[in-house]
Amino acid sequence: METTPIDLELAGTCVNTLGNAIGMPQLCDAWFANQIFWLLVALVAIYLILTRVALPRVGAVLAERSGTISNDVAAAEDLKRQAADAERAYEQALADARAEGQRISDEARAAIRADLDAAIAEADKKIAAKSADSEAQIAEIRDNAAASVAEVARDVAGDIVTALGGKPDQAAIDSAVDARVKGN
Amino acid sequence: MAEEVHTEGALDAHTGGPDHGEGGLSFHPMDQFIVRPIFGENGDPVHWYTVTNATVWMALAVLCVLGLFVLGTRGRAIVPGRIQSIAELAYGFVYKMVEDVTGRDAVKFFPYIFTLFLFILFANTLALLPMSFSTTSHIAVTAVLALAVFLTVTIVGFVKNGTKFLGLFWVSSAPLVLRPILAVIELISYFVRPVSHSIRLAGNIMAGHAVLKVFAGFAAIAAIAPVSILAITAIYGLEVLVAFIQAYVFTILTCVYLKDALHPSH
Repeated sequence: METTPIDLELAGTCVNTLGNAIGMPQLCDAWFANQIFWLLVALVAIYLILTRVALPRVGAVLAERSGTISNDVAAAEDLKRQAADAERAYEQALADARAEGQRISDEARAAIRADLDAAIAEADKKIAAKSADSEAQIAEIRDNAAASVAEVARDVAGDIVTALGGKPDQAAIDSAVDARVKGN
Repeated sequence: MAEEVHTEGALDAHTGGPDHGEGGLSFHPMDQFIVRPIFGENGDPVHWYTVTNATVWMALAVLCVLGLFVLGTRGRAIVPGRIQSIAELAYGFVYKMVEDVTGRDAVKFFPYIFTLFLFILFANTLALLPMSFSTTSHIAVTAVLALAVFLTVTIVGFVKNGTKFLGLFWVSSAPLVLRPILAVIELISYFVRPVSHSIRLAGNIMAGHAVLKVFAGFAAIAAIAPVSILAITAIYGLEVLVAFIQAYVFTILTCVYLKDALHPSH
């Protein structure tokens, strides 16, 4: 770098006659005011752009997005809850239907059983009546048969007595036959 | 005149020149930082209002902000496009930084901090274009930025906390004997802040660009040109990183300093 600055009337002490920098251009105080002025202009311009237009807009977009996202998440949450409710209702209905079915089949079974028991009782009663009748008839038939036997025996005894030349004593024959029949 | 030969070219070595030069090769790595009027002759004086290359590149940074944040977010899309995504990313990045580092009550300083961040970021990245002018390599620029932060922090500190702000220098958790010594150290460190804050940014950008130019000068020698170009590529990649990191560092330090102003207790 140059060690002996060559002064230029117009360009100041920072540039030599060839237009090359003398030392560090950063330290050239002739240029400070210019840079500071334009820097402040640039900063104010950026600040105004940001505060007037950019930041409210970006902030609004971000807020809107997060709002949309949280709304969507809430809606999804809601739908999920509805789905869960629907499933629970379905399960409930299924359980109810199953219980109802159980109850109906139990009732039907009970009704059938009652009918069946009644029918069986009825049948038993009828059977008992029939068998009582039959026994009575059998007893009657037996009595009749016994009476017939006694009759026949009396007649035969009288005939035998007559045939033997005796005189049938009806009372004696009756008592003898009865005694015999009873003795059986 | 040689002035016409010498522009903001990537290759800065040229033969001749009465002042110096070794074997016809001379570097002018610092010439890229010269402030010159856009209109008129190269030798014209630079007044405070003169439209210079610094003006142009600052204006381009402003235009980039405009393009990114006004044109890019014009759609206000719920599902953002590319440019709007970048704008939202930058917004969220700096907003979160302010919120995390400085605190929720510092959010009202967010536009101010975001302005600094965007200006430095775009100035740094635009400076990486060939033939460009690095506005943030100038100490005048970074000193104004750093002083603005320093003044903001100091004024906010006193307005918010009154004399309690001086508690920043009085470390009440330290033993009483040590406190005066610590107070001196804290005071010095407080006033060194704007210096380090500004020189860190300007120094990084200036050094990187000067190194690029030096390597570019070597590219004029055929034998080492490939090495030189490789080196330029590598340094350029580093400079892209530095452009972002320095913008980030400047911003996060602003947040840290602002935290001291809002919550001066240690």
